[in-house]
Amino acid sequence: MPVAKDTPLRNVHERLGATMTDFAGWLMPLRYGSETAEHKAVRSSAALFDLSHMGEIAITGPGAGEALDYALVGWLSRVNPGRARYTMLCAPDGGILDDLVVYRQSEDKYLVVANAANTAVVLPELVKRVGSGATVTDETGSTALIAIQGPNGSSILSRLASIDLSGIKYYAGAYGRVAGRDAWIARTGYTGEDGFEIFCAPDDAEHVWTALAESGTESGGLPPAGLAARDTLRLEAGMPLYGNELGPDMTPYEAGLGRVVKLDKAGDFVGRAALESRASSGPQRSLIGLIGGSRRVPRHGYSVLSADGTAIGSVTSGAPSPTLGKPIAMAYVTGDVSAPGSGTLGIDVRGKTEPATLTELPFYKRGKQA
Amino acid sequence: MSVPAELRYTQEHEWLSVDGDNAQVGITDYAAQALGDVVYVDLPEVGAAVSAGEPCGEVESTKSVSDLYSPVDGEVTEVNADLDDDPGLVNSEPYGAGWMFRVKVTAGPSGEPALPADLLSPADYEELTKDAS
Repeated sequence: MPVAKDTPLRNVHERLGATMTDFAGWLMPLRYGSETAEHKAVRSSAALFDLSHMGEIAITGPGAGEALDYALVGWLSRVNPGRARYTMLCAPDGGILDDLVVYRQSEDKYLVVANAANTAVVLPELVKRVGSGATVTDETGSTALIAIQGPNGSSILSRLASIDLSGIKYYAGAYGRVAGRDAWIARTGYTGEDGFEIFCAPDDAEHVWTALAESGTESGGLPPAGLAARDTLRLEAGMPLYGNELGPDMTPYEAGLGRVVKLDKAGDFVGRAALESRASSGPQRSLIGLIGGSRRVPRHGYSVLSADGTAIGSVTSGAPSPTLGKPIAMAYVTGDVSAPGSGTLGIDVRGKTEPATLTELPFYKRGKQA
Repeated sequence: MSVPAELRYTQEHEWLSVDGDNAQVGITDYAAQALGDVVYVDLPEVGAAVSAGEPCGEVESTKSVSDLYSPVDGEVTEVNADLDDDPGLVNSEPYGAGWMFRVKVTAGPSGEPALPADLLSPADYEELTKDAS
């Protein structure tokens, strides 16, 4: 088995006493202390994440936008410089190969951020699909990614940033410096809160992290948070995780994300025919949100049962929600249960059926609770 | 990670404190740290018969759920009701306020409480968990 790759912040995590875990071939912090406390810090104030395992692939050249229009389901040539899009890489049959955030960093440069587990798929697919239209460069190894997430993140980061953060809207980004080091500073995240993601050189990562942590301490605290908290935060925010809610055996329409497929864009793109057909025939399954009625937590793979006990689908992600104080889950189901209020379903939690209430996603929205 | 010297342990990471035929049971600091934040503990009913090495409850944490095994044969005499409101006691005080249940240990042929032969000493338990700590 190959040895897990180290993040440039490994020494920082060791000093902080992190519990490390092998995640998609990277040794990453799972939690530093209580993952529930880390989760709540993001909801109430702010926390710091190391996301250096994410894949970064640059697409450069005058043809980059058009090349991405063909390679991805989104309409990237129409994205203004300084803005970001959530999009997907699909197979010719419409199956999802990865979900991506793509930043247009300048007129002729896009940065594609891929899941760590999928970077090895995304990179050769982009190379193949982009062809001679632009230059594809894997920047994963030369990029560290630090996220500061939570309502206080903006004020903490603003004291160290060389640019005015109020000028960066949600899903936008700009080049600047953080604690004197060059960075791409983007207002994106995977927590359901306001926050920023800071892409910098690996050699600068420790300096930037430490400066942020110190600045945060002066203003009420900026604890580090690990992948365990990241997972419950994204689940509360109803955000899909590749491998759970997304995979090659489903299209964006099943995931309730048909809006990312831009069928009205000019020209062909990989998966167009299959996705057009799926768009008109309707999804074969639907992604729903469930709130558990007992304290036993639905987990990935557990069966979802209709009121009469028939198996109608399966849980893709489940966890105790720190914000709601109840178990929550996302699940794929067949049939017409997707209208909220259509009653109580069941979840087979290791042989015993626990009640679960259908709810609209997300479970949590910034500023108010679901 | 602490392994109190006065306790006995199991391969499944329970601890056991024995006083006459009364045994108190919980999960170890090592187990609690490995699980992460405990959010729910499903305990056996008072009066239930439990068997050594058999599941008698569940421990739910953020990321996972684990069976709780009884280290001994006997009858449950008390469960820790405080865990219902504050399951985090399992993380904060695994050998104290985070205890889980008490058992009246079944007597063996000699009339003395019969403890399984495979319970681990503190030194054995430290050996079991040292690679991961």
